[in-house]
Amino acid sequence: MEHSEARFHISYYGVYILVWLALVILTGITVFVAGLNVGHLTVLAALFIAALKSTLVLSYFMHLKYERGGFHILIPLVLVTLAIFLGLTFSDVAFR
Amino acid sequence: MNETAEMVLEHHKDYTGAKLGMWLFLLTEILLFGGMFILYAAYRYHHPAEFHQAAEELNRIIGALNTLILLTSSLTMALSISAIQKGHRKLSTYFLIATILLGFLFLVNKYIEWSGKFQHGIYPNSPELLARSQGEILFYGLYYAMTGFHGLHVLAGILLLNVMLYLVMTGTIHKGDFILLENSGLYWHLVDIIWIFLFPLFYLIT
Repeated sequence: MEHSEARFHISYYGVYILVWLALVILTGITVFVAGLNVGHLTVLAALFIAALKSTLVLSYFMHLKYERGGFHILIPLVLVTLAIFLGLTFSDVAFR
Repeated sequence: MNETAEMVLEHHKDYTGAKLGMWLFLLTEILLFGGMFILYAAYRYHHPAEFHQAAEELNRIIGALNTLILLTSSLTMALSISAIQKGHRKLSTYFLIATILLGFLFLVNKYIEWSGKFQHGIYPNSPELLARSQGEILFYGLYYAMTGFHGLHVLAGILLLNVMLYLVMTGTIHKGDFILLENSGLYWHLVDIIWIFLFPLFYLIT
């Protein structure tokens, strides 16, 4: 029992509620910004806020903030992979 | 195999390994949805105006409501794990039930949304949709494929959490061993993250 407790971080309920509140506020901001009609910036703003929300979920709800070892490189690894695929796809789509 | 070796095997639990295995699975899930997001980006690049037009027909309110539902279900999921870690089994059970109900509510909303679209004759290969522009056909194809795939993941998550609920209630998952609940939580949160991207890309960017 001691072992498992040492390996897992126990979060306070309050921390989770604060994170949830931040996520709800960010959702509100996304909806608000989308209504502004600022052209290409709308997409960028929406993706930026979505990335911010994901970071909150990954760090706190999924405990990546408290993990040790190789867990931190997993998400960057998959994002780099996706970026490579995106780059390759657009090198085809955009210059066709 | 002698008896002592068997006992060691039985009592040995590799928590880090179990968690790493779950994460590796989640990475394949990110790549699965990532591929569809790349497809979305490529088609949107070619048909910006049609995507704009088609997205305006989606119900923003249901989309926003479902975002709030999933975010809250992520909260109750995380709280359920915290509760079991602290040894509060009853509380953990309640949070888990709340998570399952919220997931179910998400699917009910999805059902209402999809049937609304079906009634307007907009579904894959419908004559109404095929009469529209290429970009709109692609938009709705992606919409049904991606939200459909996501909905299947929510359904799988609900089934998984029901099993977890049973295991918590019977005491198989407890203060000293909660890796199954932790890993199920990781899955549930990932499904939430995918929706965090689906919502603005389909409902908001118009």
